[in-house]
Amino acid sequence: MLLPAPRRLLFHAAIGAAFLLMLAPVAMVMIISVFRQEIVSFPPPGLTLEWYVNAWARQEFARGFLTSLQVALLATAIGVPLGTAAALALQRSAIKGKGALNTLLLGPLAVPGVVAGTALYMFYLRAEFWLDRDLTATLEGLVAAHVLLTIPWTVRLVSASLQGLDRTAEEAAANLGARPLTVFRRVTLPMLRPGIVAAALFSFIQSFENLELTLLLVGPGRTTLPVAMLSYLEFRIDPTLAAVATVQILLVAGLMLITDRFVKLSRVV
Amino acid sequence: MGSLVLEALSKRYGSSTAVERVDLEVAQGEMVALLGPSGCGKTTTLRMVAGFIPPSGGRVLIGGQDVTRAPPYARDTGMVFQSYALFPHMSVAQNVAFGLEMRKVGRAERDERVMEALRLVRLDHLADRLPRQLSGGQQQRVALARALVVNPAVFLLDEPLSNLDAKLRGEVRMEIRALQQRLGLTTLIVTHDQEEALTMADRLVVMERGRVRQVGTAEELYEHPADPFVAGFVGRCNLVSGRLEGGGFRAESGALLRCDSTGAPADAALLALRPERIRLDPDPAGEARITAVTYLGAQTEYHVEQRGTTLLVTRPTPPLGDPMRRLAVGDAVVLSWDAAAVRLLPAA
Ligand SMILES: Nc1ncnc2c1ncn2[C@@H]1O[C@H](COP(=O)(O)OP(=O)(O)O)[C@@H](O)[C@H]1O
Ligand SMILES: [Mg+2]
Repeated sequence: MLLPAPRRLLFHAAIGAAFLLMLAPVAMVMIISVFRQEIVSFPPPGLTLEWYVNAWARQEFARGFLTSLQVALLATAIGVPLGTAAALALQRSAIKGKGALNTLLLGPLAVPGVVAGTALYMFYLRAEFWLDRDLTATLEGLVAAHVLLTIPWTVRLVSASLQGLDRTAEEAAANLGARPLTVFRRVTLPMLRPGIVAAALFSFIQSFENLELTLLLVGPGRTTLPVAMLSYLEFRIDPTLAAVATVQILLVAGLMLITDRFVKLSRVV
Repeated sequence: MGSLVLEALSKRYGSSTAVERVDLEVAQGEMVALLGPSGCGKTTTLRMVAGFIPPSGGRVLIGGQDVTRAPPYARDTGMVFQSYALFPHMSVAQNVAFGLEMRKVGRAERDERVMEALRLVRLDHLADRLPRQLSGGQQQRVALARALVVNPAVFLLDEPLSNLDAKLRGEVRMEIRALQQRLGLTTLIVTHDQEEALTMADRLVVMERGRVRQVGTAEELYEHPADPFVAGFVGRCNLVSGRLEGGGFRAESGALLRCDSTGAPADAALLALRPERIRLDPDPAGEARITAVTYLGAQTEYHVEQRGTTLLVTRPTPPLGDPMRRLAVGDAVVLSWDAAAVRLLPAA
């Protein structure tokens, strides 16, 4: 039996080691992105921001970034209202088969991204034939695929908020003379706002950094940032990639921190 | 005709009955308390009045109008919830203004009435705070102001004091009663705390398992309980089973207890006697024995056994030096009481 003090020390050491293990690669990427040398090695000599300039100058990263941004914004704008409405129906209405509906809506989270991506790809090819228009490598096609990410995350986060909502506040509003629609607009929705904001931020992140689902759905001229990074990696490794990754990491980490202020992520994810 | 009338109001959930044919009239400006143990149907009754629960049978009338099928927003009731149910995203003033907004009261009048209501509960200095920045007692008063500001035809309170600490509870109790009387509000309050009901309400409705057992003033219920449940629930009471015999009451244990049997029900099977109505005198020749003594400060409680029947006796604690003060377990005493203090009740 260990004494309390050494035991606590061991506990903290274990936590420290776990963090180190997880964050070391991230830190490495960030460090590499600001040093001069071209062949990735450690420790690197000479500080520079040149790789960032280089990254932005390379068309595939600049356009990939813009495409990712577009897709993520649109997929969030479409998925969050739909997911919120679905969560309300699941939690509040008396419709039958809620369990099945819930499973269906959360389903995309359970299927590995590559599998879902392949299925979508095959579906798109078929649909292109019937509709006689392109779907793969189009903005619509990518947004439609990413809505499969944003809806389940929204359903999950908003459902959690709804479950924690104090329904007596809604009753109090009705008691004071508010009709159902007014109760929803003036009380329910504002009380759900943190959950919805969190759902939007989280949906954006999920779409923005998605690789697996997107891999087969991009094409020349319409590629998302993560896929562009992967293709670049196929024929060269230099700190340009580290620079791009750093930007992506900082953006996602920033959004996560903001999200966590609205809804404790550890409780719902 | 009362300003709030319940007629044979019932609520069933599947095969179980939460409220069974409750009849009640609350007069204009009267405060009535629904009192009973947890689960007896008080909240269900109150929520049927507010319109949150559709009754399985019976009617609710407010100001003579049948509102049984009316939605909550169309009933003129002001409710204070046990959890306060304030709107967390609105300031204190916005919370209080909500009902006036719904009634389309103009801006200027609204602001004036909000401040007046907040002054009434002494919170006008906190109008711009958010609910979470207030203490429990302050939140409670915001909930009161929010319900009062719209001048509801019926004021409804569901255990409004249960989330406050003991000291605050006493204060807020007085405050609610004073407001209710000053504004002449027709009020229905739910509580499981008999002291709360006794001190606040004009009349009490004692409920048990969905049914009304007795309706009356605090004094009526205490002095003339209709049945053993009421006798035991409102205040403390010695209940002894047995039967009338000659001029007295023969307990099952064999003891003959003094009582006044004029006007007693023929099927009287229980003798009810309040513990403070029993006198107790030390007497070495007495046949009663003390089995327990509990000192409670102002009062002292004695458990006294007499021929197999144990009675609870409460007396004001005698001053130091008084021979009564030395009474201890095992001492012989004599019990006595006015025959008129005894109530004879039918079996439970
Ligand atoms: N939605 C419900 N479904 C089934 N039974 C209920 C429901 N609500 C209340 N009850 C039952 O009705 C009875 C009365 O409940 P309630 O009015 O809340 O009691 P009180 O407020 O007096 O403590 C209880 O036995 C409770 O279990
Ligand atoms: Mg209750």
